[in-house]
Parts: sequence; C-alpha cells; structure tokens
Amino acid sequence: MNIRRVVPALLLLAAAPIANAAGGGAVDQAQTDLSNVAAIQRGAKLFVNYCQGCHSAEYMRYSRIQEDLGLTEEQVEDNLIFGDAKVGDVMTVAMDTDDQVLWLGAKAPDLSLVARSRGVDWLYTYLRQFYVDDSRPTGWNNKLYPNVSMPNIFWEQQGIQNAVYETQEDENGDPVEVLTGFEQVSAGTLSSEEFDQSMLDLVTFLEYLGEPAKLKREGIGIWVLLYLALFTFLAYLLKQEFWRDVK
Amino acid sequence: MKQPQGTLVRTLSSGVDWVDQRLPVVDFWNKHFAQYYAPKNFNFWYYFGSLALLVLVNQLVTGIWLTMHYKTSAAEAFASVEYIMRDVPWGWLVRYMHSTGASLFFVVVYLHMFRGLMYGSYRKPRELIWVFGTLIFLLLMAEAFMGYVLPWGQMSYWGAQVIISLFGAIPIIGEGLAEWIRGDYLVSDATLNRFFALHVVALPLALVALVVMHLAALHEVGSNNPDGIDIKKNKDENGKPLDGIPFHPYYTVKDLIGVGFFLLIFAFIVFFAPEFGGWFLEHDNFVPANPLVTPEHIKPVWYFTPYYAMLRAIPDKLFGVLVMGGAVMILFLLPWLDRSPVRSLRYKPMFAKVMYALFVVAFIWLGWLGAQTGSTIQTLLARVFTAFYFAFFLAMPWWSQIGKTKPVPERVTK
Repeated sequence: MNIRRVVPALLLLAAAPIANAAGGGAVDQAQTDLSNVAAIQRGAKLFVNYCQGCHSAEYMRYSRIQEDLGLTEEQVEDNLIFGDAKVGDVMTVAMDTDDQVLWLGAKAPDLSLVARSRGVDWLYTYLRQFYVDDSRPTGWNNKLYPNVSMPNIFWEQQGIQNAVYETQEDENGDPVEVLTGFEQVSAGTLSSEEFDQSMLDLVTFLEYLGEPAKLKREGIGIWVLLYLALFTFLAYLLKQEFWRDVK
Repeated sequence: MKQPQGTLVRTLSSGVDWVDQRLPVVDFWNKHFAQYYAPKNFNFWYYFGSLALLVLVNQLVTGIWLTMHYKTSAAEAFASVEYIMRDVPWGWLVRYMHSTGASLFFVVVYLHMFRGLMYGSYRKPRELIWVFGTLIFLLLMAEAFMGYVLPWGQMSYWGAQVIISLFGAIPIIGEGLAEWIRGDYLVSDATLNRFFALHVVALPLALVALVVMHLAALHEVGSNNPDGIDIKKNKDENGKPLDGIPFHPYYTVKDLIGVGFFLLIFAFIVFFAPEFGGWFLEHDNFVPANPLVTPEHIKPVWYFTPYYAMLRAIPDKLFGVLVMGGAVMILFLLPWLDRSPVRSLRYKPMFAKVMYALFVVAFIWLGWLGAQTGSTIQTLLARVFTAFYFAFFLAMPWWSQIGKTKPVPERVTK
C-alpha cells in the first residue's frame, strides 16, 4: 500500500460530506443586485405601499433608507412615510396587532430580517406562487408556503392564477394529487415578466433591509484585502531577509 | 563597537533600565522571545498556535466593544444586536469580526490540536502542555456555547434548551442540576444574564489564565518539532541548541506571514460571506427567540456538530451524553495512550498513518452528520464513525506499538 495513493483517496472520502453540503430546494433563483439603487428604491416604494400595512420593519429607520438610497428628507416623507412618523423613526405598522390576529389568524411577522432568515430565493418564489383557493379564509393559498395566513397582496398586478394538479404516485404507489403549476385565469395590470421584475425589486429591497451594511461592506472589503495582501507580501520579504542566515 | 546615540535613544534606554531594576522585563523578554530557542524546522502546522492567540485577542477586543451596546435582557437582546448592526457606526464590522472569529477560533484550534496529534507533541515531557491545551478547548466550547445564546435568536434559545436539558439525563440530580444551570424552569432571562456574566467575565479570565499556563509549560520544556526529536541533545559550545533558533526575530517574522494569510481569509469572510452560507451565522438565528415555536431542525453551530452527531447516534439519552462528554474527556488521556516508540507520525509505520487518516475522515464525517436531520442511514454512519473515534483512542496503547518504525534522525530534517 503506497501512502501517496492512500492519502488522496482518504482526503476525497473526507471531502465527500463537504461536497454533499451544497444543494438547493425547489425555489426560483432571485438574481438580486444591490448595486442597483433604482431597484432598491422601487422595492422600497412597493414595501411601504403593499407590505407595511401589516408588516413592520422595526429595526430599520426611514433616515437610514434616505441616507443609503440617496434621497432627500422630502422625498422620504412624501413617498415612504404614511401617517405621522418622523424620518428618524423606525418603520412600524399603524394597524393594531390584535386586529391582525382577529382578521388573519396571526400577527404578521416583522420583515427587517426576513431576507436573512428565509433567503431571497425563497421570498422571490413565495411572492409569485399565490393561487385561488376557496377553502381558505382569505380565498388565497400559496404553493411554497401552504395554508399561509397572508392573502395575495399583488393580485391586481399579477392577475389571478389557479393551481394545476397532476396525479402522481406516492411512495406506496397510491395516486396523489400534486400541485405542479399554475394557469392564469385573468390578466393583471402587469405582464408576467413585468411582475417578476417588480417582485425582484421588492426582494432586492428586502435583502437591503436585512443588512443595510451590505451596501458598502463588499466595497470596503476589496481595499482591506488589497492592504492585507501587501502586508503579507512585505512580511514574506522580511522573513526571507531574516532567515537568510538559518542553515 | 560603541555607536553614538541620540538623546531619544538614551532617554528610552535609561527608561528601560529604570523599569528593569524594579521589574525584570528584559529578563522576561529574553527568556520567552530573544533567547527562547525553537527548532528551526517548524512547518505550516506550526502557525496555528500564534494564530489562536491572535484570535483570542480579536475576540476579547471586539467582545468588549460589543458589550458597549449589547443589552443583557431577554426583551432587548435581539433588538440590541440589530441596533449594533444598523445604528452603531461600524457596529456591523465589530459584530462580524466577533462572529467570524468564533468560528475561526475553532478552525485554528482544531488544526493546532491535530498538529500536536501528528507530531506527538503531547509525549513526555510535554504532557502538561497538552492537558492545559485540552482544558482550553473545553472552556472554549463552553465560551462559544454561551456566546451563541446571547443574540437571543431562535437557535440561541432552542440550542440552549437542548444542550442544558442534556444535564437532565444524569440520574437523581439531573433535573435539579439543569434547573440550577438555567436559573429557571426553562431557558429565560435569568439564563441569558448568567450566560452573559460567564461569557464576558468568568470564562475569558479562566481562558487567559490557562493560555499563560499552556505557554509557561511549553517554554519550560521547549517546543517539539515535525521530526519529534529533542533539539536539546545537540548543543554548541555556548549551550545553545544547534537546531534551535531564537524565537525572536526568526519566528516572530515568520508568524507574521501566517498572520497575513490568516487575516486575508478572515477579512474575506467578514466582508464577503459573514454568514458563511449559514454555517457561521445560522439562518434561523435571524428570527427572535420564541419559546412557543420550536424550529423544524435544531442544530448546533458547525464546530459542535461532530460531538452532537455522537450524542444523537446513541439511542439512550444518558449513554449518549456520556459518549459525547467522553469524546472530549478522552483527549486528556492522549499522552498516556500513545505507546509508539517514536513521537512523530513521520517515522511511524504505515498502519499508524492509515489510522490517523481514518480518524480525520471520521471526524469530518461526524461533523457533517451532526448538521443533518438524522435519517436512518445517517444515524448508522454516525454510529460507525463514533465507534471508530473511540477505538482510535482506547485501542491506541495497543495499535501504536504495531509495525516497524522508521529510524529517527539525530538532527532535524528540512
């Protein structure tokens, strides 16, 4: 047995679980781009108009959005703030949470960190997979998150879609109805591509909302890495110089 | 040759003299740096000791800054972390340095321990260095566990709930002990507060004290090396080891390269992948702790997963806890389990090399399995690897003597 042949084989064996760790679920990829400030701005507008009626973002201040997205205080007050909130306030909800429980069965979760706990792909998929379901209290259901309390907020833009079922066999060979896709029942104000784009804008905003520092940390990171590379190179030269007399 | 000196140099040197007459700083410097002779053949694996010290300092400094804005209360902890991430200038950087540092601490420490394992650095007369080191590892696990509870996210809460409940498996006193640790019937504000006290005061103090002992014991007997031979056997006419070089400047400048490389990796993670795909900062921990909602899959952070896999592999709770605890405790015995005639793996027989390689395979697999949901096949694999982990150590007195060792050189090799 040759060690030079055994060791790589063992390393490969050791690496197997690490390679296994990669893999994804049945969600669509959200190609978000945080450098696209206009997309974040459009997403912010969608958020305050459609989400913030029920969902808060209680760790985020309007003033931070103003600063990060290059807006003026007037623009923020006119476009993003409804009610009597000040620009330095955090993004709370006007609706009473007791009413939310009464009407929808649960308090709508805070969305400050939803992009970090769920991931952008999940959100992008979730927002586009609502369908009509008369058995639900709101009349809506969701493929990714079955029986969610939330109705389809964007039905006007997306239009109305029905679920399409296929008969498949389960593990025991018995036939089961599986939700495989959707069919458009009525058109929305946006085309399918336009709607996807607008949900992508919203998800981009949610990603920013989850971690505002992300806007600048990668830009700073480049310089830090360049500095450290230079430092390491100089350290290497210094070491070579000192070690010249070590035989 | 006497060099002409400027006023500044003279003032400084008389200042050093003044202190030195009252406190032996020069003596200390010489003993531990300028005249501490280390083997000249240290390789890649010898960077991780100084790197562990670097990460310790990083954790202490960033930790102190985090406490300036962190709120120790179940009602405020989660929000205060987000406050640090958003409203405190550069707070996100300090927080990511601390969270990334925690994971890299374990990377560095695991590699440092593996170095010791490979080159027999725990063998006589270095048993105590290994014992102190293992104690540091044990305390580090406690420190990391309690630190992970502080952000008060779902994984903080439920991780603490699961781990503390393990103490409940101990017969008779178990439930009372778990309650005593929590300070409540379940993980609560009382638990958070005591974990904060232990995380920021008690354990760091103990860790620093142990690091001092680890280094003091090391400098008493001198460093081992990849050949596992004693450099003090061959000395020159002045009594200096022929294969030794003063730690300063040789290893201070060499370690600087290691520091540079390490910081490149560290900074890359901090600035480009602070969550590290959910391995360093878990997705579920961005949801505030909720005692009424149990997460679908409770799993510890990656550095605990090998031991967590062992716990889950055992069907009986008490036995599982004993196996998990035993897996760490057994490390203390290593210096007395290894009966090989040679220290370094370089001169050990093929059989031993295969055993070491299989040990690495088993440990990495256990780490992966501990992060999975635990299907039947996964549990079976975890049992096989757990058995091997223990066999590696428990049977070492026997297998370490098998086979023909290679001749050990008199002097260190390149």
